[in-house]
Amino acid sequence: MLESTSIQSTLRTRFVKFLWVGVLAAAGLFSATTRAEEGGGMQQSMTNVGDVVSLQRGARLYFNYCSGCHSIKYMSYARLAEDLRLTPEDVLASFAFTGAKIGDQIVANMPADHAQTWFGKAPPDLSLEARAKSPDWIYNYLKSFYVDATTTTGWNNTVFPNASMPNPLWELQGVQIAHRSEAKAGSESRVEKLEILSKGKLDAAGFDETARDITAFLQYVGEPAVLKRYGVGVWVILFLVAFTFLAFLLKHEYWRDVH
Amino acid sequence: MANFFANIAGWVNERAPGMMPMYRKHMTEYYAPKNFNFWYYFGSLALVVLVSQILTGIFLTMFYKPGAATAFDSVEYIMRDVEWGWLIRYMHSTGASMFFIVVFLHMFRGLIYGSYKKPRELVWLLGMLIFLVLMAEAFMGYVLPWGNMSFWGAKVIISLFGAIPWIGDTLVQWIMGDYNPADATLNRFFALHVVALPLVLLLLVVLHIAALHEVGSNNPDGVEIKKKKDPVTHIPLDGIAFHPYYTVKDLVGVGFFLIICAFIIFFQPTLGGWFLEYDNFIPANELVTPAEIKPVWYFTPYYAILRVIPSKGLGVLMLLLAVLAPFLIPWLDRGAVKSIRYRGRGFKIAIGIFVVAFFFLGTIGAGKTTEWIPELFGANADLTFIENAFGRTLTAIYFGFFIFLWVYTHFGYEKTKPVPERVTTHA
Repeated sequence: MLESTSIQSTLRTRFVKFLWVGVLAAAGLFSATTRAEEGGGMQQSMTNVGDVVSLQRGARLYFNYCSGCHSIKYMSYARLAEDLRLTPEDVLASFAFTGAKIGDQIVANMPADHAQTWFGKAPPDLSLEARAKSPDWIYNYLKSFYVDATTTTGWNNTVFPNASMPNPLWELQGVQIAHRSEAKAGSESRVEKLEILSKGKLDAAGFDETARDITAFLQYVGEPAVLKRYGVGVWVILFLVAFTFLAFLLKHEYWRDVH
Repeated sequence: MANFFANIAGWVNERAPGMMPMYRKHMTEYYAPKNFNFWYYFGSLALVVLVSQILTGIFLTMFYKPGAATAFDSVEYIMRDVEWGWLIRYMHSTGASMFFIVVFLHMFRGLIYGSYKKPRELVWLLGMLIFLVLMAEAFMGYVLPWGNMSFWGAKVIISLFGAIPWIGDTLVQWIMGDYNPADATLNRFFALHVVALPLVLLLLVVLHIAALHEVGSNNPDGVEIKKKKDPVTHIPLDGIAFHPYYTVKDLVGVGFFLIICAFIIFFQPTLGGWFLEYDNFIPANELVTPAEIKPVWYFTPYYAILRVIPSKGLGVLMLLLAVLAPFLIPWLDRGAVKSIRYRGRGFKIAIGIFVVAFFFLGTIGAGKTTEWIPELFGANADLTFIENAFGRTLTAIYFGFFIFLWVYTHFGYEKTKPVPERVTTHA
């Protein structure tokens, strides 16, 4: 009796020790990733790629406002239909303005050589933009256009200064202007604040939602596996926890005769 | 059924009588000290990662297409269109970093328990060779996705060979097969990464384990268990059979390790840019330099040494010495006592400082100090000066450790505690 309780208590302390190691490792991982994801002064996009309705809205916005110039060549219409739970007919009717077929890659309507002349630089493919720049970056970029008479497009952006892209969403957001600090000797004038000068179709919250949906869509486009991996991951980890627990019991059983 | 397997075993035994004795020698009759602690999981974990890297690597090669025009696209093809391709790729990319974590901890274990000391010098040397080959293997693997950081990383690292007098420039071109990292570079790195280096790595691992099993494992007490044997059975009194005792114990370690890996693979595959760098999601472009060219985290301490030394030639030399210095440890450390448990206070302090210096060198190499210095000292602080001063101090500490170790032990400054006759704890 005495022996069995002492075995149970060593078993317990041993397992608690293992749990601590696990908790510490998880905490370390968490702090490492959260710290790395803090952007300098950027608003968080708060996207939810698991929300298929948000992705559908994002896709609609993307095809209305972005796809004219930007390709997402690693995506096909068929994959989009499958992942966003839309029928191929719907996808072709609402998204493929160029007479594309369902298996085609999603490429911009605008020929690249024209783009080169119009903007001085062909608009980049956005397949991996959310991975290269982060979703928060896209979200903030979309919200940070302001009118600037000194640029060729008439627009500028605080997140990506002197970008050669005009604001495609101005009719939704309204026209934003920048308040600049005074240029002093030794320091150039900086943008201190952005303000909506004339209202667009959406209010501030509505436009945030729009930017968020586009961001979520591009996040999905950057990594379609994101829809799958969380769900699979939960099961894999549950299996591994059960496996480790059994292995732990097995080890304890074998080690009974080690003194 | 049991009869069936016994027949097969008998059939094999008749034709290869040496097989069972070999199995017994390395598994059921390999006696390991019974007091292995937490630090002794990392050898078997390294083996698990190696096998996983080879298996996932084989599947990746079925879809990956080496070549400057095809590599990036084929990786995206794997990530999107190959069934479970994303999982295989994340396992491989996470495995690369986990390999280094495990190997660093494994080497640290060797340091604190004196596992490099006589009679295990050969085990240590083979281990260091594995580390060297692993670095080459990881570097070449990193180039294969042909992202922008692959390209610029390759350019910087290969250009280090240019620091060699007389032949440098020719050597750089010979390695790349071009004037820049290009199609030819990618193809030969593919060959080296998937065929040549894994073969070398496997051979070295076999030799590493074989050399270990000749002399037997060290342990947290640094006691030679072979000195006290059972007079009848000749089994070390403090030894237990590797199989089943350590196979089941390592299984628990593998379980915990895989849980951590699974968290990364499924929930944070880039680990905030540490395991997969954001700039590498942009295709290689020789016209666009990334804002900051930096290696993956596991090379950052060595890269920092290069970065804080202004002369390229000297920097490369110091980088090389930093990687090679641990080879000498078995001969630098003249101390008679193996385990940190019974070693002098100076050793404990030195190893602590060494680890901290190595860590902060890593933060310099990863460009973290470039962010921290303006925060700590104000925007007008002389970034380069502070970073170089800090980095050179750490570099001095890094090399200082090896010098200290020799001085401390050779001239008898170390005051050790008595080492017990038998191991003191059991797991």
